[in-house]
Amino acid sequence: MHDTVEYAHASGLLSSVWLLIAIPLASAAILLLLGKRADKWGHWLGVASVGVSFVLGLTYFFQLRGLDNRAVELSLFDYIEVGSLHVDFGLLFDPLSAVFVLLITGVGSLIHLYAVGYMEHDAGRRRFFGYFNLFVAAMLLLVLGNNFVMLYIGWEGVGLASYLLISFWVERPSAATAGKKAFLMNRVGDAGFAIAIFLMFAQLGTTQYDEVFNGIGAVASGTVLIMGLLLLLGATGKSGQFPLQAWLPDAMEGPTPVSALIHAATMVTAGVYLIARSNPIFTANETLQTVVVSVGALTLLIGCIIGCAKDDIKRVLAWSTVSQIGYMFLGVGLGGAAYALAIVHLLAHGFFKAGLFLGAGSVMHGMHDQTDIRRFGGLWRYMRITWATFGLAWLAIIGLPPLSGFFSKEPIIVAAYEREGWTAWLFGTAALIGAGVTAFYMTRLFVLTFHGPKRWTEDIDHPHESPPVMTVPLVLLAVGSVAAGGLMASSVPDWLVPALGDHSGEEVHAVMSHGLITALSIVVTLLGAGLAYALFRNGTALQEQPAGPVVTAARRNLYADAFNEAVFEKPGIFLTRALVFLDNRGIDGLVNGLAAAVGGGSSRLRRLQTGFVRSYAMSMLTGALLVVAAFLALQLGWLA
Amino acid sequence: MEDLSLPKIDYAAVAPMLILFGVACVGVLFEGVLPKAARRVTQLVLALLGLVAALSVIVWQSDTRVLTAGGAVAIDGPTLFLQGAIIVLGIMALLLIGDRAMEHGGAFVAQAAITVGSEADRKQAVKEQGATEVYPLTVFAIAGMLLFVAANDLLTMFVALEVFSLPLYLLCALARRRRLLSQEAALKYFLLGAYASAFFLFGVALVYGFAGGVEFGTIHDSVTESTQSTVLLYAGLAMIAIGLLFKAAAAPFHVWTPDVYQGAPTPITGLMAACTKVAAFGGLLRVLYVGFDGVAWDYTPILGVVAVLTMLIGAVLAVTQTDIKRLLAYSSIANAGYLLVGVLALSKDGLSSTMFYLVAYGFTVIAAFGVVTLVRDADGEATHLSRWAGLGRRSPLYAGIFTFILLAFAGIPLTSGFIAKFAVFGAALDSGEAWLVVFGVVTSMLLAFPYLRVVVMMWLSEPGESTPTVSIPGGLTAAALVIGVVATLVLGVAPAPLLDLTTSAADFVR
Repeated sequence: MHDTVEYAHASGLLSSVWLLIAIPLASAAILLLLGKRADKWGHWLGVASVGVSFVLGLTYFFQLRGLDNRAVELSLFDYIEVGSLHVDFGLLFDPLSAVFVLLITGVGSLIHLYAVGYMEHDAGRRRFFGYFNLFVAAMLLLVLGNNFVMLYIGWEGVGLASYLLISFWVERPSAATAGKKAFLMNRVGDAGFAIAIFLMFAQLGTTQYDEVFNGIGAVASGTVLIMGLLLLLGATGKSGQFPLQAWLPDAMEGPTPVSALIHAATMVTAGVYLIARSNPIFTANETLQTVVVSVGALTLLIGCIIGCAKDDIKRVLAWSTVSQIGYMFLGVGLGGAAYALAIVHLLAHGFFKAGLFLGAGSVMHGMHDQTDIRRFGGLWRYMRITWATFGLAWLAIIGLPPLSGFFSKEPIIVAAYEREGWTAWLFGTAALIGAGVTAFYMTRLFVLTFHGPKRWTEDIDHPHESPPVMTVPLVLLAVGSVAAGGLMASSVPDWLVPALGDHSGEEVHAVMSHGLITALSIVVTLLGAGLAYALFRNGTALQEQPAGPVVTAARRNLYADAFNEAVFEKPGIFLTRALVFLDNRGIDGLVNGLAAAVGGGSSRLRRLQTGFVRSYAMSMLTGALLVVAAFLALQLGWLA
Repeated sequence: MEDLSLPKIDYAAVAPMLILFGVACVGVLFEGVLPKAARRVTQLVLALLGLVAALSVIVWQSDTRVLTAGGAVAIDGPTLFLQGAIIVLGIMALLLIGDRAMEHGGAFVAQAAITVGSEADRKQAVKEQGATEVYPLTVFAIAGMLLFVAANDLLTMFVALEVFSLPLYLLCALARRRRLLSQEAALKYFLLGAYASAFFLFGVALVYGFAGGVEFGTIHDSVTESTQSTVLLYAGLAMIAIGLLFKAAAAPFHVWTPDVYQGAPTPITGLMAACTKVAAFGGLLRVLYVGFDGVAWDYTPILGVVAVLTMLIGAVLAVTQTDIKRLLAYSSIANAGYLLVGVLALSKDGLSSTMFYLVAYGFTVIAAFGVVTLVRDADGEATHLSRWAGLGRRSPLYAGIFTFILLAFAGIPLTSGFIAKFAVFGAALDSGEAWLVVFGVVTSMLLAFPYLRVVVMMWLSEPGESTPTVSIPGGLTAAALVIGVVATLVLGVAPAPLLDLTTSAADFVR
């Protein structure tokens, strides 16, 4: 089982870890409160604050490396204290939060920089950077908290910021609807998470990570299962996993840098963080792990199948995010050494997915905000930098060696084949097929966008490359896409041992030899990519073509929206209508009916129609009768 | 025959109530003797001074734990805390009531008896200053609430209930604008209030039949000792609970709330949403914790169902509202449900977290209604939600304040709303009421939706032709807003001092 978890108290330089959060937060406050006065320089303040946080994060990172016990806790003040409930406003800086801090602030600074150029002509740029900084602060709080309540606060904070940012271009009704959808689906997840925290508190009397993890062994297995499932519900909501995956692609209505930062690189990985952070809970119950693995495997397939059928560049990328996070869930579900693999994939994904989104943004920037890949083609000649960086990120995501995706994804496929029994075949093969399909649709995207004949709309004659403030981040991210995976695959798992446990000594056997799996994954990748190239190198039809049932289903997001509508929306609307009806009219109608029956004749009815007080009184009387009856029933033992 | 003698009264302990009743009586006197021009300032200052004086006495008396006036009044931790809360919130409400900067003559009509729509009415609407009787009426209401949370027997409680209800009925009818709506609201509130009072009184009679007394101590003892049929006890408790749940706006006794909140002058709505809620739950806490704690096992499931129903109805119906005051009314109903969850924890934690919730909610809700008084056009307040579209562009400061308030209602962390919900849910879970917590969490997630809808509307919609401007608040309203917003923030970031205070105050005397 798990060793005892112990955190040292932060001292020296590390006792100022809170600055990481405070700096972007202060910047957000300045940007939002100063109003128009900050319009001229506000965006640079926004970039600088995240940059400073990144430098600080690096400093803390090296400081942490020098320590023996690589996990330090910092309690800022007592936050909530009611009876036996005690919650610290406390931070935890350990290897896991350290890598997340570097990802959030590192990729975050690049995206902030890019947004300076991307949002240049937008009147709300200062406000945008205010929300953006707010998001970064909340995300940092999420990964730096030392208890589940802190995590929850950050969780709500990023949700709120993402809601504001998705709806940022509210003049588009679709943006407002998307914001609403994201909000509602996230609330479902959040409710699960909140109940999990309460359950934790009821069972263990605490929400501090160390106390929860040390005490989880004593909790009944069924309770751990429920707690874990509720946490998983929260994680699926935030990370766009099955069954709550439908909001993420719609969230692409926001400005592209938002998609890159929130819906690709950071926030959507919060679910993976939650599960990795709570690894002692998930490890404690095998059923729970199987559920997580299933969610991951199912989602990665859903994501890449739908990805094949979409024609909107950002939506394809969004579904690929869903699918890649599916790989991460698969990893954290497999447990043991695979936790670290999932985190490696998460970090690598942060680079290449940010690169892909920003590249897409750059394409849109040059193409009058066109997002339909059927309307691109031949762009490589006009946007060399975008083409090259996007190409590297594309090769990285499909997992071609020696780019980073290979080093991060292939180990997860191997780990899936290392499960015991027949499920190894099931999950391993799902992951393998996913790799092939990913290669197919990403290649389709790349080829249709940058190669083949021009299929532009008439209003575009000469697309232009983006300004340096946008291309420099692209280049840096491309470097990350190339190198990050290989570098991290060897170092990060060791580094994460204090947070995720040491699994190096565990013996595992894959159902196939390691070499064979690697070879297979490269073969399916090449097959997928080759097929897509062959099919799409000469372009594609400009309109949606009639298609068979499978493609139609994929175009309709595998009917997830229809399902949600039928299962949640319709009954919800019905319930609301019914309640409104009862509250306003029902009782009155009842009384009117009674009066008519008793007195007869409409004149009498009219005389009784003095207003609604009577019906209110009737409703109170009904309630009163029920309450009194219930009490008496209890007393007479009918209900007991 | 026994000698009749006056019970001994601890005058220091009941001084806050005496001060306020005295101030209210003097206020009525002033109405008769002072010249019209001098009345408003005098009345306002007098009322504020009285409230501050009463608050000082409460602070000074904070260690008092006595039964006095022959056991009719209990001055203990919860009493003092809740009285203090009512006074502080009452001061905020009074600031809103006293403000005349937004509207000529204030939010109140000069002579409520003039027929609506008549020539005289048109004249008074533009010319006359608002009635100054509202100040003594408000002080009477607040004093009644003070007595209500201190009442240690059912009869005193009933008297206090009427004392604080009657001024409220009147105050509801005094709106300067939309007078018919206001009068209708008052009449509805009065009729249904009388109806609920009848239930309460009948319940008192039944319980008297069971226990042979109306003091909570007697009732508590008789639960184990009495030889009477327990039908009397249970039916009586049910009816008393109904009377109190009516005031607390719990379903299905909530029906009056949206109409009355909408029709009443907005400052009075604020007073009702904050102070009446504190008083109603203060009374409910004492009844359930002190008088009937022996049958707690029996009433918990029933009141639990009421709580669930209240949360559901409040949250679901809030979604469809199009008027900001009705939206806040349904939110107030849902909050009554969360408060009931805290009450039903039936533990020291339950008591302290409920008290915390009452204070946190009170500050926020008065500030919310304060903002509502600001958003207006030539016809008075613009309460239809469509009129709030694009408010963030027109007046970012007030839209920002309102956004913060709504986030607090939604229970977003770092606001008092989050801590308050966390505390009551934590207390309920500790007592094994997990099902209430599940409903609480789910409905509060649901309830966040209408709040955020307003936020989105204010910030992300273009201001329409009909988007009203926001009036610059007078000093009094501004003060109330600042108090409310600062309290909401401070209680969200550093709730520890108030949580400590509620914990140390959470002991009833019997």
